[in-house]
Parts: sequence; C-alpha cells; structure tokens
Amino acid sequence: MPHMTDERVRAGLNREEDLSLLHEVSMKTAGVSHLEMCIQCGTCGGSCPVAQDMDHTPRMLFAMLRAGMREEVLRSNTPWICVSCYHCVVRCPQEVHIADVMYTLKGMAIQAKLYSDSTAPHFSQTFVDMVETFGRSYELGLASRHYLKHFPLRLPGMMPMGFGMISKGRMSIMPKKIKHMDQLTTILDHAKTLELTS
Amino acid sequence: MNRYLFYPGCSMESSAKAYMESLNTILEPLELTFEEIDDWNCCGATEYLGINLIPAYSLIARNLALAAKQKNNANGSGSTRTVVAPCSACYLNLAKADYYMQERPSLGAKVNEALQAGGLQYTPGTLDVRHLIDVLVYDVGVETIRSKVVRPLTGLRVAPYMGCMLPRPDYKHRWSDHEHPTELDDLLRALGADVIDYPLTTECCGGHMTQIGPETAFELIRRLIADADDRGAQMMATVCPMCQMNIDAYQNEMNHYFHTDYHMPILFFTQLMGLAFGRDPKELGIGVELVSSRNAMAHIGVEVPVTQEPAAPKKKNEGLPMPRRWTKHEGKEVVK
Repeated sequence: MPHMTDERVRAGLNREEDLSLLHEVSMKTAGVSHLEMCIQCGTCGGSCPVAQDMDHTPRMLFAMLRAGMREEVLRSNTPWICVSCYHCVVRCPQEVHIADVMYTLKGMAIQAKLYSDSTAPHFSQTFVDMVETFGRSYELGLASRHYLKHFPLRLPGMMPMGFGMISKGRMSIMPKKIKHMDQLTTILDHAKTLELTS
Repeated sequence: MNRYLFYPGCSMESSAKAYMESLNTILEPLELTFEEIDDWNCCGATEYLGINLIPAYSLIARNLALAAKQKNNANGSGSTRTVVAPCSACYLNLAKADYYMQERPSLGAKVNEALQAGGLQYTPGTLDVRHLIDVLVYDVGVETIRSKVVRPLTGLRVAPYMGCMLPRPDYKHRWSDHEHPTELDDLLRALGADVIDYPLTTECCGGHMTQIGPETAFELIRRLIADADDRGAQMMATVCPMCQMNIDAYQNEMNHYFHTDYHMPILFFTQLMGLAFGRDPKELGIGVELVSSRNAMAHIGVEVPVTQEPAAPKKKNEGLPMPRRWTKHEGKEVVK
C-alpha cells in the first residue's frame, strides 16, 4: 500500500479506484501506451524543451494519474504546453507513448471542460472546424479568427507579417475545398460515434 | 523513372509554395515521378489528435486508403507502395496512423468502420510512408545527387535543421540517429555547401505554440537562431514547412520580444538543391522568404530579387524602463 496523503484518505480513495484513471487514459490512447510501466525516472521532464512553462512535468503528471487525481490532471496546462517534439518518447526507458498520452489528456480535458486557459483548445477546435468544412487547412481564416478572439492586441504587430505572407503569395485569400467533401463528412460523422473500448 | 505516390499537404499550396516549386525542379534530373494522391485531405496536423481520437485517425487514414487505391496505376508505370510526404508533420501523422492501426488492432477496426461509411478501406502495412529527404538520401543516393551539381554552393555556411517530428519517434527505424541524424548534413555537403556543426538540429521550432503560447515558442525559436548565428551560419536549411514558417515569419516578432537583432534566413533544402543543379533563384521561390536570404546568397554569387522585408513594429522611446530578458547587440539597442 503506497503512502496516502490526508486528502486522499479523507476522499476515501483506495488503491483500486486510483488505478481506474490510469487505465482509462491508457485505453483511450492510440497504440499501446505503456503508461502503466512508467518507473518515475524523470527522463521525460529532463528532456523536455518547454518543461519550464508546464504546471507539472510529464513524470509528475503520470504520478498524479496513478494517484487518481482526475481534476488536477485535467486542469494541468502540461498537455497544452507539450510541443510534440518526441524527445521524451525516444528517451523513455519504458517506451511510454508520452506525446500520445498528452493528446488523450487534451481530449479528456475538453470533454470535462477542465482547462484553465481556453486559447489552445479554441485554436485546435478552430483548426478542426476549417478541416471539417473544407477538407484542407485554411490559414488565413484560422489566423484571423484565432487572433481576433485571443490576441487582439498582438494583431497590429502581426500585420506586417500577414501582409508579407499575402503579398508574396504565401497565404491564400480563398480556402481550397476537396472534391469529395461529402465522403469525408460521412466518414468523420461516423467516426464521432465510435470510441476505443479495447 | 521511379514512381512514388505523393502527399503534398496543405502548406505546400500556400505558406511553403517555395518548397513545392523547388521540389518540382529537382524531380526530373533525379529521375523521379511523383504522382499526387487524388483528392487528398488535411492530415489534421497536431490539432485534431487532441480533440477526438477516432475522427482524427479516420481523417489521416482516408489519405492512406486513397493512396492504396492508386498503388497500381493505369499508364503501366509499375506499382509502388511508397507514399512520400515533404512535410514532417504530415509524414509523422501518416506514418503514425499506419503504425498504430497495426499495433492496436482495435484502433484499426474502428477506423476502418468509419472509412467504410464513405466506401473506403485501408489495411495497415499496405503502404510505406516516407519523408522526401529519406527518399532522396536512401533511394536516389547522395552520390547521384553530387553528380548532378553544376554550381557547387562552396562558401555558403549552412546550419542543417532537421526539426523534431522527422527523426522522432521513428517507428520504422529509418534515420541514422534520433537526436543527431546526419542525412541533411550529407545531402548539403554533396551540394558543396559548408555545413556547420549544429547540435540543436532536431530541437523543436515551437510548432503551433507560435499561435497559442507565443512566449514559449519565441524562446525555442531564439535558441535555434542564436546557436546557428553563434556558430557562424549564414543561413539555415530546413525540411519542414512548419519549421520554415516559425523561424522565418516569426523571427521579427521574436526579435522584438527579446530585444535582439537576428537576421537568419531559412530556406528549404530543395531550394538549395535547385540552385546547385543550376536553376534560377526565381523559379525556386527564393525571395519569398520574409527574412531575406539576399546576403547569404551573395556569398555564392547568386543574386536574389529585391524584396521588401516587413517593417519592424515601432519601438517606443518613452515609457517606464523595463528589464531586458536578452540582449545580443547591447550597443546597437541603446543607440536605437
């Protein structure tokens, strides 16, 4: 029996209940996550180029998962700061699919509406909206919608860059749409009804 | 002619147009035929995976299913099972979907259930997903590339920037190393360029963080540029549209944020190949970068069309004194 903090004793959590969160995250992660095999060595946090901006290092986050601290884990900014550079993934001695676990945690945080800063979830959602409408990404639409909503004060400073991109033909004014958008929509609509259960 | 299936990815049509243009010029001399996957869709970048798993993988797998249908093509040019992606994020997503659908059969089954709603199907393992530079270095070969060089890039000091999503996580063990791969170095050396040691070659450019957490991204961009600059690079060479975009388009904002004055142009490696193969800078899209490569190109006697760089955001001369986080050219700053 591991040492339990006072809060955990008060919450009446026992070890079996604790592990359910770990299993849920592992189940929802693409591929075989190896999350249960984490040995808390900290190689991930030590390899991370953006750990200084994270609420918790990946190692600590995995310890919290194991301890069943659902709300704290889903509120953590760690998955949103992760840049998916896969440094930790290739160095992890237990081959935990760390970056993919971060994607899973983002999805769970969005579903539970438990994120502290909406910038990143909204950006992802806006990107997905563009893809679900056109089948391709649409940079101008994405950037303008995103900056107006989250960084209106950054816009004046961004203008020269935006004009530069457009004048050099590096940003299309109009979105491109794929031919069989209806087919893609059918696939995605059906996919949304499915979940990984085994 | 060696035939490959080609997944361009969204940026090749817009922000990385120069990558596409320069790529088109090197295909013929290297006897490559790239056949675009018909009606491909966006790979979802790093955004869709964090929203909803099965739709994200179905989005990627639609491309794989379409590509598999194109394996044997009509004009009798032989069959191929290799899909080439020039963008590191697209490459990783396609490779990842193919790999995880095999590693986790239940994922493969669900994704195929979704695909079938649209009349498609994909058997994981059918295709070989590879990045452009992988094909150039390992199929075409560095020696063949060297033999096509008519204007060696002698005297051009280049920092070879591989980026993070290409050599990692490397599901199929394609690269010489996960953290210090040498493929790009070898290729650039074959072009005659003076390739510097660049230990940060596989560090991240910040990816989408320039959009959602700029301070985090600016620090990553600063490290990459500062190190290349310290080591005397005149420019950087990249293999990924996202890296090019972050280093190029956000350099100005990064400089403003840190009060630095870097000027580090970054070009696609295919643009340098085109140059070495004797093509005109204009047809290679040289000059559409926001941080002009004019000075770097002058070292090898290539003239770049004059382009207007975006004006730096105005600095206020008045106001409360603020602490500086990083100043490279202290003297210069004070004069301004």
